[in-house]
Amino acid sequence: MFDTICALATALSDAGIGIIRISGEQAIDIASRFVKSKTGKQIDFRLSHLMRYAFVYDGENPVDEVMVVCFIAPRSYTGENTVEIQCHGGVFLLKKILSIAIQNGARLAEPGEFTKRAFLNGRIDLTQAEAVSDLIYSTNEQALKASISQLRGSLFNIIESYRKELLQSTAYLEAALDDPENYSLDGFSDTLFSNVNNILNGLSDLVKSSDNGRIIKEGIKTAIVGKPNAGKSSLLNALLGENRAIVTNIAGTTRDTLEEYVKCNDLCLHLIDTAGIRNTDNSVEILGVERAIQAVSQADLVIYVVDASVPLDDSDDKIIKMLVDKRTIILLNKSDLPILITKEEIQKHINSYVIDASVKEMTGIEDLKNLIQEIFMKKEIDYNHEIVITNLRHKNLLLNAIDSLKSVITSIESKVPEDLYTIDLMNAYRELGLIIGEEISDDLINEIFRKFCMGK
Amino acid sequence: MVERHDVIVIGAGHAGCEAALACARLGFDTIIFTVSVDSIALMPCNPNIGGTSKGHLVRELDALGGEMGKNIDKTFIQSRMLNKSKGPAVHSLRAQADKQAYTREMRKTLENQKGLVIRQAEVSELLIEPNCPAGGSLCQNSEWPKPTLIDRNSFFDSDERKNKRKVIGVKTTSGAVYLSKAVILCTGVYLNARCIYGDVVEQTGPNGLRSATHLTNSMLREGIKIMRFKTGTPARVDRRTLDFSKMVIQKGDVPIIPFSFSTDFHSIQKEQVDCYLVYTNKKTHEIIRRNIDRSPLYNGNIKGTGPRYCPSIEDKVMRFPDKEKHQIFVEPEGLYTNEMYLSGMSSSLPEDVQSEMYRSMEGFENVHIVRNAYAIEYDCINASQLKRSLEFKDIEFLFAAGQINGSSGYEEAAVQGLMAGINAGRKIRGLDAVILDRSQAYIGVLIDDLVTKENHEPYRMMTSRAEYRLLLRQDNADIRLRKIGYDIGLVPECDYNSFLEKKNQIEKEIIRLKNTHIGASPLVNAFLRKMNSAEIESGITLSDLCKRPELNYESLHEIDNSRPKLSYQIREEVGIEIKYEGYINRQKQQVDSFRKIESKKIPEGINYQEISNLRLEARQKLSSFRPENIGMASRISGVSPADINVLLVYLEKSGIKQARNK
Repeated sequence: MFDTICALATALSDAGIGIIRISGEQAIDIASRFVKSKTGKQIDFRLSHLMRYAFVYDGENPVDEVMVVCFIAPRSYTGENTVEIQCHGGVFLLKKILSIAIQNGARLAEPGEFTKRAFLNGRIDLTQAEAVSDLIYSTNEQALKASISQLRGSLFNIIESYRKELLQSTAYLEAALDDPENYSLDGFSDTLFSNVNNILNGLSDLVKSSDNGRIIKEGIKTAIVGKPNAGKSSLLNALLGENRAIVTNIAGTTRDTLEEYVKCNDLCLHLIDTAGIRNTDNSVEILGVERAIQAVSQADLVIYVVDASVPLDDSDDKIIKMLVDKRTIILLNKSDLPILITKEEIQKHINSYVIDASVKEMTGIEDLKNLIQEIFMKKEIDYNHEIVITNLRHKNLLLNAIDSLKSVITSIESKVPEDLYTIDLMNAYRELGLIIGEEISDDLINEIFRKFCMGK
Repeated sequence: MVERHDVIVIGAGHAGCEAALACARLGFDTIIFTVSVDSIALMPCNPNIGGTSKGHLVRELDALGGEMGKNIDKTFIQSRMLNKSKGPAVHSLRAQADKQAYTREMRKTLENQKGLVIRQAEVSELLIEPNCPAGGSLCQNSEWPKPTLIDRNSFFDSDERKNKRKVIGVKTTSGAVYLSKAVILCTGVYLNARCIYGDVVEQTGPNGLRSATHLTNSMLREGIKIMRFKTGTPARVDRRTLDFSKMVIQKGDVPIIPFSFSTDFHSIQKEQVDCYLVYTNKKTHEIIRRNIDRSPLYNGNIKGTGPRYCPSIEDKVMRFPDKEKHQIFVEPEGLYTNEMYLSGMSSSLPEDVQSEMYRSMEGFENVHIVRNAYAIEYDCINASQLKRSLEFKDIEFLFAAGQINGSSGYEEAAVQGLMAGINAGRKIRGLDAVILDRSQAYIGVLIDDLVTKENHEPYRMMTSRAEYRLLLRQDNADIRLRKIGYDIGLVPECDYNSFLEKKNQIEKEIIRLKNTHIGASPLVNAFLRKMNSAEIESGITLSDLCKRPELNYESLHEIDNSRPKLSYQIREEVGIEIKYEGYINRQKQQVDSFRKIESKKIPEGINYQEISNLRLEARQKLSSFRPENIGMASRISGVSPADINVLLVYLEKSGIKQARNK
């Protein structure tokens, strides 16, 4: 029912070897057209899971010496016939072999398409599929860990255990309604109250983890703010290691916000460089300032770059007001110049971490990175936590389930008849089921279609 | 002899009566067959109508224009609203019937129905066209052909017979042929029935009535799949030999709530008879355990599957070994007789064990058994062969309703009879079938369960089967269904008008409560103090006050000066709608998402074998059930959510393909 797709299963790089994967009903036919024995004879691909020594041919000409494995459906990752060719690495060679596969009838796969097929063929459940998709797009090692844990089914297991508890309570309740002689509801409300509260706590923990999950997956949203010419764009470039932002000594060069991702030790920073904040009449700059304010409000972390060689003024006051309740690091820049503002002085105005730096001289940058690492890894993110919610769809469903369970608690407290509990119990049950694909919803299918770019 | 009618109904039990009346009232020339005219609408088991969730069915049937509710209102001898201490969704009406009066009144209604004739005869064959390949056409060949098995099988597997076979009539054991446009099977428990207690086996239907022994074979010949089910009934005892002073008396409700929306409330307030409650005890259980090997259920004499939810006393004792007692209700069979029914104590143990077992109970020391308890085995069909209209998927114009579909209970039978009757009529007129879904009625839940689930035991209605039961209350059955009944043509103009008036009053009163602000006067706060409710500081609407746990619509009467005088039914409805508004709204949201999935139709010609990603089991189940939509598919056992996702993706893709081709 699906056509046959191919893609590199490893990174397109100059590594020692690379793996090309072909999946679909025609996978074996297609592979046998260009993967042959040393003497150009056909290879018997009917033997599944057997590694063979072979050559890739471009027409008559051998291109590479490879190892090839065939996985006969349904015993493969995708559940379809799959052929994996382990060839030598190298960008040119890998591209060449991929193009040979395409010439022979395969189609280049879209991102995540192998996983999509694995899901559609029932090889993996929805959370696993989403985790793989996260894995493909994940930007750093933390995200990788969360995705891998989810892939192993830990999210599935915990959600399933909550669902089981909810179902048991509901089933007992229903049995008592239909067979009051044999099932008594005496004391049921109290038991249910504590059960539901336990589940509520568990779900709340999962939701809390989702904020960390987003940080892990999307990076720490970091806004760089400061007065014009304080060195914000220079800091961005220093962190990026390239001249991304335009740096001049003309104040107001950065009139919009610039966004970049940068690796910071084990974490990923989602950097947002903002326009300098000052009183201005320039309408373009005013817009930039407004955007800066918005960026700060959405940020997980603000780096406030202060030019230590000039005194604090009204604009600084304005900035400091924006930073109330924000997790902020103050970078006292230009330590290479005569200092007018000290750590102690700035801390009179705002109680934050302060780092002395000279972005120009590249001093203090490592300290900044280490501080960020310290704040987010040791204190904020418990990265050994077994399960981290990294998916917005999951988070919303968890919040819905929590709402429903809170309604159950309200119902118990206001002593409404027990048979009414089931409405909210079953709602929570269903929302949780939607996370792991154990409930049907047409929205879910839309989601999958959207995510995997299907049906085009 | 050949006779022609529009509709043939086979069987005059609770399903058959409703089916025949519906067809005749819709203007079809209808004939109803029964093996005994004296047994029309017989109640061979319990002497009551309604009960938990069954009361809902009767109310719904009445709202649609059925007869059962009206008939019990004429013939009840005690009435109670069950579960009053629980939420409004599970309040259920139940009435004790005078059994003879019940059959007599129903028979009278049938006999006087214009367009309906009654015929005492046993139907032995279904006439279906085109018949099997070896056969000839009906009228030329009086001997109905019996083709060989091999021919038939190859015929059933061929594509050409699909959508082509239809029923054209029936033949009776005497050889008479009746032709019709539609046939409704309502055979109850009579097909190849066997009554059993101990090692005594009688080849009869209930109460010694003759069983129907030919029709099963005819159905088998037409490729209809047959199952064997079992049910049972307790002994009947002489009330003069019971000591009621040792039992707990159960009185009827005052005032009495009628079943039918058309019945005048005041006309049915009357003297009621009492029922009694007793318990089995250790000694009873000991007698049962000692003799369990003599039970035909345990020694293998009975092969049919019995209902888990209506178990015999020996089943209960064996299944709940820790329970020291089970409750037994002692109920009169009617005003005409001294016979008492022992609800909860059906059995198929041998006669001597029955006698010992019944005598072991308090007040039963000297009991005289009039009729033995017995189990009954009978043929029924696998209802997955039916559409939700209750028409056979493979044989057009042939419908089935009641216990033949694997259900149990009078009420379950009656509602199926009504729906089959309505839909047979609509089929003849070329109209779309009336399908009630799971969010509209218990009737919808019942039929959907019967046709989508594999039932391995007699299906009994229960409140837990209805996911949206807060919306499917017995009190609002008319709000849900009266208009549908009117549009079908079974609800007379006058009844419909009084319904519209009632609905209007309910809506007006709800709006009034939402708009009436009560000030924080000393009088109001004194009332609130009295009711243990928090005092108010500023104005609040009556509807908000009504939602407080300790208050309700009735109690607010004291501070509600502008309340109009309303009937009991309207007050009940208003009170529930206001008090449980939040829950009702949440349930309505559930219904919305249910409807979305339910509205995803599956094309009739879909070839599941083509969907290679479906698991083999799902492919087989879907091919055999042929569900009409995704919702139904998801309820088939053995079809997982993952299968449904695969199916949805397949439909989406083929939809896209079709759109492209256009």
